[in-house]
Amino acid sequence: MDERIVIVGAGQAGGELAAGLRKQGYPGRIVLLGDEPHPPYQRPPLSKGFLLGKVALAELYLKPLATYERFDIELRLGARVEAIDRTTRALALQDGSRLSYDKLVLATGGRARRLPLPGLPRAPIENLFSVRSIADIEAMRAKFVAGNRLVLVGGGYVGLEVAAVAVQLGLRVTVLEAAPRLLARVTGPEVSTFIEQLHHERGVDFRLACEVQGLELDEAGCQVRAVRIVRHGIPEQIDADLVLVGIGLVPNTELASAAGLAVDDGIVVDEYACTSDPAILAIGDCANQPSAFAGGRLRLESVPNAIEHARVAAATLMGKREPSAAIPWFWSDQYGLKLQMVGLSAGYEQCVTRGSAGGKEFSAFYLKDNRILAADVLGRPAEFMAAKRLVASRAQVDVTRLGDAAVPLASLAA
Amino acid sequence: MPKIKFIEADGKEHEVEAQEGQSVMQAAMDNLVPGIVAECGGFASCATCHGYVDEAWLPKVPPPDAAEEGMIACAYHVRPTSRLTCQITVTPALDGLVVRLPLSQTSE
Ligand SMILES: Cc1cc2nc3c(=O)[nH]c(=O)nc-3n(C[C@H](O)[C@H](O)[C@H](O)COP(=O)(O)OP(=O)(O)OC[C@H]3O[C@@H](n4cnc5c(N)ncnc54)[C@H](O)[C@@H]3O)c2cc1C
Ligand code: FES
Repeated sequence: MDERIVIVGAGQAGGELAAGLRKQGYPGRIVLLGDEPHPPYQRPPLSKGFLLGKVALAELYLKPLATYERFDIELRLGARVEAIDRTTRALALQDGSRLSYDKLVLATGGRARRLPLPGLPRAPIENLFSVRSIADIEAMRAKFVAGNRLVLVGGGYVGLEVAAVAVQLGLRVTVLEAAPRLLARVTGPEVSTFIEQLHHERGVDFRLACEVQGLELDEAGCQVRAVRIVRHGIPEQIDADLVLVGIGLVPNTELASAAGLAVDDGIVVDEYACTSDPAILAIGDCANQPSAFAGGRLRLESVPNAIEHARVAAATLMGKREPSAAIPWFWSDQYGLKLQMVGLSAGYEQCVTRGSAGGKEFSAFYLKDNRILAADVLGRPAEFMAAKRLVASRAQVDVTRLGDAAVPLASLAA
Repeated sequence: MPKIKFIEADGKEHEVEAQEGQSVMQAAMDNLVPGIVAECGGFASCATCHGYVDEAWLPKVPPPDAAEEGMIACAYHVRPTSRLTCQITVTPALDGLVVRLPLSQTSE
């Protein structure tokens, strides 16, 4: 009998893995199970071109359905896995059926974190949204009309992208952020200021260092009318036609923990994407992995990570051992400005900038001992690739030359 | 349908049928051609869809814009014929296009 690999989660990582196995000539059966009604698709455009109406649904799909058929990947959509039985190596699906596996890969991603407010009604609130899936965007699209007041809870990259799209569609936007500056966990103050400015100039209102206290609902309890906040001890009520919550992701680890696999901010895997059960792997947003680059464990939420982690898992499943040496990177797009971030800035001692923050483009480099740990490149794509190489090489650089935009970045390597 | 031939760094050839209007990168993805990663999904942000356009075909392929040139400049294994395949649209004029792929999209 053919060996069977079952992948749970037909997202960026799951789709990539199925394709990667076939590219490498895997001869057995590949079953790709996804609970969404769509084949694997790209999420990045959801908060960018798709919400704006510039990217069509079919363009989100990573591959057309015909590709899965042609390469004998059994893609089952609308198929939700409820439980893993490790002793019999079988899955229980929501429709009551069972499916056995020889190797199982969990690529379940994550879901939007909910507002931790006590007393919210159980019934869904019609104008309270989050952004994770095509369905989420389709649900909110009708509200994205000029004049509507959007209140965004959380000023992370995805939220700020939605703010940018909303402004371009003529909405009035207020962003509520708990930290005293935007993107505080991932960038330095120079970049936070630049991005705040970028949005502020286009009419976005900010309430930084604020705490969300509650939602004002209409009489029926179906619609939010306003968000109650406190800032520096002063209460305020911000009226809203729609509210979007963007306060992070909760990894989908329930299947793994119910099956007794180790979970600690994600499903714990080794450098080959294996869980504590050698027949089960985990990849992508749902997995917590050792990183050679970071010198510790981390859970990443990005497309490059999903693709790279799928590559590592494909190698493992093909009987090879190819741990990742990849450097985390991420991009964002706001008002047509490209933001590209590479490396991990945690623990940096010095920030060196190039270009002008006042202008439309600049880069920030985060250093420790004259080595570049990370870089944020805003509107300077040519500099991004050079920055990526500098971060990868861990070379020591001349800080004065780094800060001189006239010195080509590429010449700093070596 | 226009045909495109991808040649991996080790010489392995893949001839695929592309759809008019899609990018050369997407044609490779749809046909599971190894050697193209396309992390950013076609938005000229990653340079992991890098390929070398065959010399004979260069005049028929519209030139890169500034954003693409910037991204290519410091990509890995760059040559004068390097392009981001996500920025080349498949047209009937490109029927028979030959694209060679670099040794790696993500490292030296
Ligand atoms: C709006 C938005 C914008 C983003 N922008 C960027 C960006 O610009 N750049 C970037 O690098 N990254 C971006 N990301 C992050 C990126 O999309 C994710 O990191 C990536 O999708 C992770 O892939 P994954 O396969 O791990 O998870 P997912 O793509 O989330 O796929 C997991 C799939 O598994 C399904 N699933 C879960 N549990 C089950 C079950 N029990 N049974 C069956 N199916 C199940 C889920 O429904 C989902 O379809 C963005 C994300 C969002 C939401
Ligand atoms: S796919 Fe990212 S640059 Fe072409």
